[in-house]
Amino acid sequence: MMSPRISLNTLQKSLRNGEVSPSEVVEYYAARMDELNPHLNALLSYDKEAALAAAAEVDVALPLGGLPIAIKDNICRKGVTTSCASRMLENFRSPYNASAVEKLLAAGAILFGRANMDEFAMGSTGENSAYGPTRNPVDPQHVPGGSSSGSAAAVAAGLIPAALGSDTGGSVRQPASHCGVVGFKPTYGRISRYGLVAFASSLDQIGTLTHCVEDAALLLGCLCGYDEKDSTSSREPVPNFMSGLHDGVKGMRIGLPREYTGGGNAESVSSALQAAVKALQDAGAEICEISLPHAEAAVASYYIIACAEASSNLARYDGIRYGHRSDKAPDPDALFSLSRAEGFGEEVKRRIILGTYVLSGGYYDAYYARAQKARALVAQDFSKAFTELGVQLILGPVAPTPAPKLHAEDMTPLQTYLADIYTVPANLAGLPAISVPTPQSGLPVGVQLLAPHFEETRLLRAAVTLEQSWK
Amino acid sequence: MNDAMQNSSPVIDVAYIARLAKIDLTEKEQSRLTRDLEQILDYVQQLKKWDTRQVEPMYHPVPTCDALRSDIPGEGLPLAAALCNAPQQEDDQFRVPKVVESAH
Repeated sequence: MMSPRISLNTLQKSLRNGEVSPSEVVEYYAARMDELNPHLNALLSYDKEAALAAAAEVDVALPLGGLPIAIKDNICRKGVTTSCASRMLENFRSPYNASAVEKLLAAGAILFGRANMDEFAMGSTGENSAYGPTRNPVDPQHVPGGSSSGSAAAVAAGLIPAALGSDTGGSVRQPASHCGVVGFKPTYGRISRYGLVAFASSLDQIGTLTHCVEDAALLLGCLCGYDEKDSTSSREPVPNFMSGLHDGVKGMRIGLPREYTGGGNAESVSSALQAAVKALQDAGAEICEISLPHAEAAVASYYIIACAEASSNLARYDGIRYGHRSDKAPDPDALFSLSRAEGFGEEVKRRIILGTYVLSGGYYDAYYARAQKARALVAQDFSKAFTELGVQLILGPVAPTPAPKLHAEDMTPLQTYLADIYTVPANLAGLPAISVPTPQSGLPVGVQLLAPHFEETRLLRAAVTLEQSWK
Repeated sequence: MNDAMQNSSPVIDVAYIARLAKIDLTEKEQSRLTRDLEQILDYVQQLKKWDTRQVEPMYHPVPTCDALRSDIPGEGLPLAAALCNAPQQEDDQFRVPKVVESAH
């Protein structure tokens, strides 16, 4: 009864009616990891014995009882290495659990596998991992996307039925789109960021990678809620995300921004979007063209803000309290500079330098303050669409192209940043957004839905409608 | 420099910025980063085209951010846990290279 694309929901039923035991489930995925992970490099490590020990004691009546979940390697697990796929944290064992991890454990999940990623979540191909790139399970000549590269690839390849990722500018949704799985980033503040290694604190949000939308709803229900350890965590009431999932979209107004349908999209991306428009219309939704006039400002604003926050957050890696320490340093100043030079990879250095520059004296107003104002304009476009234009959701692409080839070295950093055009707006504005796979021959392509703050229920309902229309 | 974005071609002194960021860069890294960052900074010049004079900067994505918890002492990390990842430690303290120069 086990199969590589089994959903959490189906697996849960089988566990509860005794068709399969939690230990058998762990054995099943461990065997798949042993077989496939050497080719994919989706997981940095997986501890079968620990998973079996947890499985032996788990109560399958719990909300996630016995369900194995992989964790992106920037989410802290007590006593387990949390490397952020960086040399800097190669030997870092977290002394505490992230709040999201605590919630999963309390719900009975079996944490199994540290998912590979772009170093410190900086990248969109998975190639920036210090421990080697992850390959796309659909076509190993291609990247899986990033930065939650390992989480997306592991779920797509059936190494695990679900994984946590983090999404700062699309890092859950874009690899989900490239690998053909569901990638969900809730509203900023929905899930506590305590124990998520900070990259850009005003943009970071934990998200999920799953085979289906219903599984995303199941996980969100267990992960969210106020946490006093995260001052940005939301006190918004937590609805039952599973209820009304299948109520459909009849009469719903869904906006399609004209800025998102231009000539820059690959053919398969345009056809995926058209298929989504048709599916939603057939289900009774009204699709109306809207405009997000400041869409073009998103990437510039995002990279200034994300790098500025990163340069500040990553200042903590000093070679003293934790992380890599250079053994060549004669004095404290050299200890900082050499430890950081040896511990950080190229993209991380690039972003720290850019962030330091835009925050430095004389440039702050010209870059950082201006970017935060542009961010307000991007966010206002969305709030106007949701209020004045009266749309309830927004539909768009996830990325302008399917997954690029591995080692496509002709791309400049700027070119790779520009490919984030459709995903960064949700982070700038703090909106919930989801990437849903579309039926494709060849490389997978997802479409994206965005909702107003805390309207995850509506978002998931429309995502289920899309998913069902293609079954 | 009052408004760096007024300059048409931004210049970035990567060696100086790297000192501020405390990252030792090789010459090769410096020239590569100079090229990359000039391209990126050139691109972000486009933000100039939006009139943002009347716009409040948006530092948080959701209006209800930053609710502080009550100021009640709680348990912190135990000493051993706080020190367990230190590359060098001694006498329950982090060890750093000698800070005072030539103490005779």
